[in-house]
Amino acid sequence: MSLMLLIEQVLNGLQLGVMLFLMASGLTLVFGVMGLINLAHGSLYMVGAFAAAWVAAATGSFLLALAAALAAAAAAGAIVEVVVIRRLYARDHLDQVLATFALILVFSEGTRWIFGSFPLYLNVPDYLAGPVTLPGGIEYPLYRLSLIGVGGLIACALYLLIARTRLGVQIRAGEADREMIAALGVDISKLYTVVFALGAALAGLAGALVGTIQSVQVGMGEPVLILAFVVIVIGGIGSIKGAFVGALLVGLTDTLGAFLLPQLFGAFMDVSSAAAVGSALASMLIYLLMAAVLFLRPRGLFGDTA
Amino acid sequence: MMRERYINAALLGGLLLVVFWAYTGDEPFTITLATRVAILALAGVGLNIALGQGGLVSLGHAVFFGIGGYAMGILASHAQSYQPLTLGPLVIEGTKSMPLIWLTAMVASGIAALLIGLVSLRTGGVYFIMITLAFGQMFYYFAISWPAYGGEDGLSIYVRNGFPGLNTLDPIQFFGLCFALLLAALAFHAAFKHAPFGLALNAARQSPDRAQAVGLDPTRLRLIAFVISGVITGLAGALFADLNRFVSPTMFSWQLSGELLIFIILGGTGRLCGPVAGAAMFIALEHWLGGLSEYWHIYLGALLLGVVLFAPGGLIGIATRREAAHD
Amino acid sequence: MKSTLTAAALAAALAMGATQASAEMSDIKVGMITTLSGGGASLGIDIRDGFMLAVKQAGAGHVDVVIEDDQRKPEIAVQLADKMVQSDKVDLLTGIIWSNLAMAVVPSVTAQGKFYLSPNAGPSALAGKGCNKNYFNVAWQNDNMHEAAGAYANEQGYKNVFIFAPNYPAGQDALTGFKRFYEGELAAEIYTTLGQQDYASEIAQIRASDADGVFFLLPGGMGISFLKQYADSGLDLPLMGAAFSFDQGILQAVGDAAMGVRNTSQWNKDIDNPANKKFVETFQAEYDRLPSLFASQGYDTAMLMISAMKKADVKDADAFRAALEEADFESTRGKFSFDTNHHPIQDIYVREVIKEGDVYTNKLIGTVLTDHSNAYVDECKM
Repeated sequence: MSLMLLIEQVLNGLQLGVMLFLMASGLTLVFGVMGLINLAHGSLYMVGAFAAAWVAAATGSFLLALAAALAAAAAAGAIVEVVVIRRLYARDHLDQVLATFALILVFSEGTRWIFGSFPLYLNVPDYLAGPVTLPGGIEYPLYRLSLIGVGGLIACALYLLIARTRLGVQIRAGEADREMIAALGVDISKLYTVVFALGAALAGLAGALVGTIQSVQVGMGEPVLILAFVVIVIGGIGSIKGAFVGALLVGLTDTLGAFLLPQLFGAFMDVSSAAAVGSALASMLIYLLMAAVLFLRPRGLFGDTA
Repeated sequence: MMRERYINAALLGGLLLVVFWAYTGDEPFTITLATRVAILALAGVGLNIALGQGGLVSLGHAVFFGIGGYAMGILASHAQSYQPLTLGPLVIEGTKSMPLIWLTAMVASGIAALLIGLVSLRTGGVYFIMITLAFGQMFYYFAISWPAYGGEDGLSIYVRNGFPGLNTLDPIQFFGLCFALLLAALAFHAAFKHAPFGLALNAARQSPDRAQAVGLDPTRLRLIAFVISGVITGLAGALFADLNRFVSPTMFSWQLSGELLIFIILGGTGRLCGPVAGAAMFIALEHWLGGLSEYWHIYLGALLLGVVLFAPGGLIGIATRREAAHD
Repeated sequence: MKSTLTAAALAAALAMGATQASAEMSDIKVGMITTLSGGGASLGIDIRDGFMLAVKQAGAGHVDVVIEDDQRKPEIAVQLADKMVQSDKVDLLTGIIWSNLAMAVVPSVTAQGKFYLSPNAGPSALAGKGCNKNYFNVAWQNDNMHEAAGAYANEQGYKNVFIFAPNYPAGQDALTGFKRFYEGELAAEIYTTLGQQDYASEIAQIRASDADGVFFLLPGGMGISFLKQYADSGLDLPLMGAAFSFDQGILQAVGDAAMGVRNTSQWNKDIDNPANKKFVETFQAEYDRLPSLFASQGYDTAMLMISAMKKADVKDADAFRAALEEADFESTRGKFSFDTNHHPIQDIYVREVIKEGDVYTNKLIGTVLTDHSNAYVDECKM
């Protein structure tokens, strides 16, 4: 195993990490501000990917496709918030789980009804296609490198939004004390809709960006959703910083685990069974990581200690 | 209270009536459907103890259902191939006897519930929901990539396991067996509710601080409830595997955990027979809507949304016209 | 004495068969369990359409087909099989796409004395120790395509191939099948997670290895993801795979990324024989799309069944089974016969993904294995 291969795998881990962050930041914001657990977040990821694929096919423009993903997911998020989610804030988590589970059913089958069961086509635009050579002679796909860049930028923007803007102040106030900000004259229901739509837009963007190199199909959101849950549980629910650290941790653990474990087992087993056992263990690794973190810190790495 | 008792009787009686009608009308498949209802309701009764009594929203109960299923699959496959299962120095003979399989399923899922509970119950609220979900995924991926018992393909058992004195291959006799176990679990749940332990657990759910003040240990109470709950769901898993004569990793899937929660909510949270009403409704919908439209999940989703938003007491809540279920 | 009588009766039936086929045909009730919704629905739809096309062409109302959707869930498939046997009282079942569903359904329906004709899945357990006299596979044994890919790698002179598949039984069988015929070295052997969508890590390892070819099995969405990412990585090692990942339905979503990939198959739309010509033309006319591999398998399954119905009544299980064993029908893939474990002996070809106008499709480029059977014949004791 060469150092170059290891570096490339670390890049892959980072790329998975920043995409998970886009998913997880929305989830964790919604939980932090509204106290809502949203299983249907993966559906918004899917909505973004389908909107992007549809617009890309119609216009041929990748940037328009991304804009469509943002807009469609934000719109879907806002509508769902006003029609359904809003009624759930005062309910217990069980009702929230059930209602958002129901939303998954509606979204998935609805999408299948409109777009059919075949996967849609969405591909990397020409100007981002192909590999670039990094210092040290590593060949790495330009698109994936762009994903890392875009993910990093969005993380910074989100940080600034929360730290420096009026909306950010309201969000932080909402996390700290929900009754208080209503008393301060903030239109709370509008704030909630905006926060939910923001989270949805980030999920939709992630869906479009990732769908471009994977397949755009019904049900694509749920595996990512579960990973995003793991991320925010590790990071501490409600914490954007926790989501960022958790996402990178999960991205790296998953990628490097799948790469290194079979080689580790290869040291004392024949190749075929090492590959099978190693990859079986690697697929469980992030859950073990989560269990370990929770065992040591029951509220996650950056969760409040209350 | 009286009213709910009548409804419970009507529900269980109704299920029996359907089976009686199917038996006389020579509709063995309807009996199979009713058996499915009884088994899924049994799994729901298990979850209901953790959820309704303990307030533990577990989105990973499929773990126990799956463990029960695999306990059946593994034991029966070893009996089928006449090769004992060797675990280090331990040699276990396979078996085709239901009581032995049930016992194994219950012990195995009890141990799993204990271990998962020890980690998960250190947290609460949303953390608990997500960590149980993640444990479910962990088992799911393990089952898929573990080649010894079929991996994703699952395991087929060619002949249903036996119960002394019964012909379990006869649909009506197997239904009777499952129904009897469901009744036993319901009776247990009813007794449990009013036993000192159940009352303490309920107190811990409603007000952990006050319970602690009078000397109860809420985490310990919850852990015990979680284990009992896992054991019952595990038993249901073994029966479900026997109904299908087949086990596969889908028994561990998080969708199944979600469906178990649906049974309870549809029926009415905390209601004794909530899972029975919920499972019956779910199977009926699946059968009926599935025949009407390929996209029947949309209607199921919409219905579920309606129940959660507008009828929080579930079906039994509507029937009793009372929302409060915790009494 | 009895056997000569049967033989004589058969000969007589055969003599008349050509002219009075449909008049002589016995009736049958068929239960089709296949995937019509959710992921993988396109495969089930193709099988159903291929099967129903042949039934329609046979004419007359001798075949009564009950079709149900298994949603790709084993427990639903089992439930449907119970329903078809117990309440629809079918004589014969068919339709299942996935090996895990076949393993859940086939043993119990054949144990109840029903026939099962597999139009797709061919798990090794059902070809070897778990074979059954009432189970026939009309498609292939699961290992076949991968064995052919191994043989093709030899033919191309590859010496160091990188192989990978998801970590589940069909994936393990694929790599085993490939290695059974491949004679060179392995650059690496890797198992991925089932359902994995990101192959950056595997691609990095391919790049770092000094492989001269890549063999993989990644059904459905996994294959789409891998091919797109591989095309974007700048690597240009030749790719090999089995036909299922490169079939008509899936190619359009992969697009250019699939161009030039070599895949092994027992069928393609340009195989030159009258039965295939008729099938391809009538299928396009009926459904207004190109037929897929799966459609051809559905069609052949129905053709086999109809050929047996002309010779025997399904109620006479022994005679019907004997008629099935003869496989006396014009297969779309040309030569076709059954080995003693009721799995096909057939030629396996190599195809290349090309673009015809706006449509991505496959072109036949050679035959890899001739009269190929499977590795499990000796394990099967019927």
